[in-house]
Amino acid sequence: MEFGIGAYAVLATTIFGIGALGFVVRRNFLVQLMSVELMLNAVNLLFIAFNRIYVEQHGGQSFAFVVIAVAAAEAALGLAIAIAYHRIHRSVETDLADRLRH
Amino acid sequence: MTGSAGSWLFLVAASLAVACALGTVLSRNTLRSAMFLLGHLGSLAMLYLTLHAELLAAIQLLVYAGAILVLFVFVIMLIGPSGGEPPPFRNAFPRTFAATFVATLGLAVLGLVGRTAMEVPSAPEGFGGVEAVGFALFRDAAVPFELIAVTLTVAALGVVGITRGKTAVEAAGEAKRPEAE
Repeated sequence: MEFGIGAYAVLATTIFGIGALGFVVRRNFLVQLMSVELMLNAVNLLFIAFNRIYVEQHGGQSFAFVVIAVAAAEAALGLAIAIAYHRIHRSVETDLADRLRH
Repeated sequence: MTGSAGSWLFLVAASLAVACALGTVLSRNTLRSAMFLLGHLGSLAMLYLTLHAELLAAIQLLVYAGAILVLFVFVIMLIGPSGGEPPPFRNAFPRTFAATFVATLGLAVLGLVGRTAMEVPSAPEGFGGVEAVGFALFRDAAVPFELIAVTLTVAALGVVGITRGKTAVEAAGEAKRPEAE
């Protein structure tokens, strides 16, 4: 049995769905950040899978490279926010976040 | 990497990736979630290998598993076990959202299943290697590549700005303490 690019598309869709679901359903800030990472990874997988069809260029892989860098920046900022949030609330439950509410 | 070996590798890595993603989202323990995320990232690196993206597989392991995940684990260790999170799917909104989302996703997957055998050309020598991707990055995408450096610098400055100094709550607590004594 041979797997084409469509199989990778199915897999990436599934992983993105799991990540989006986790982001909405969970209340722990750290797990929500990890869900964002799952979604970014699904997009990366799709970029690289479709780059496999166009073997003359590496646009998809370059883009996945940029996405990885942005994910690193996002993780660093998100975790800094998590620490600042924890210093205020002594917890990382996002249900408690209301300081920007007027 | 075509043929039965590639198919088996894809099947193993894909099921591992989905299982670890589910474990990341559903695990109650944050540290366990991080470990599941590690397994997920590793299986994705395996999938990149089946797609002839050797450099990206290496970068995935170095940057994600080596840097981002370690950062996650550091922060989890720093703030300790949180606990007390209400069980998910308690309210109507997450439940409705989850049901709708899973149904939509199932439809999308069903629509894709018939097309899994999309034609894949054989990869030329060096596709996805350091030289080819390096040429693509430094010749065709040189400006975005340099902008990555700016992005990371700004992110690092932002992290310093967010975490340094006292929060308003801490400052108020310290201002109050001398009066109480």
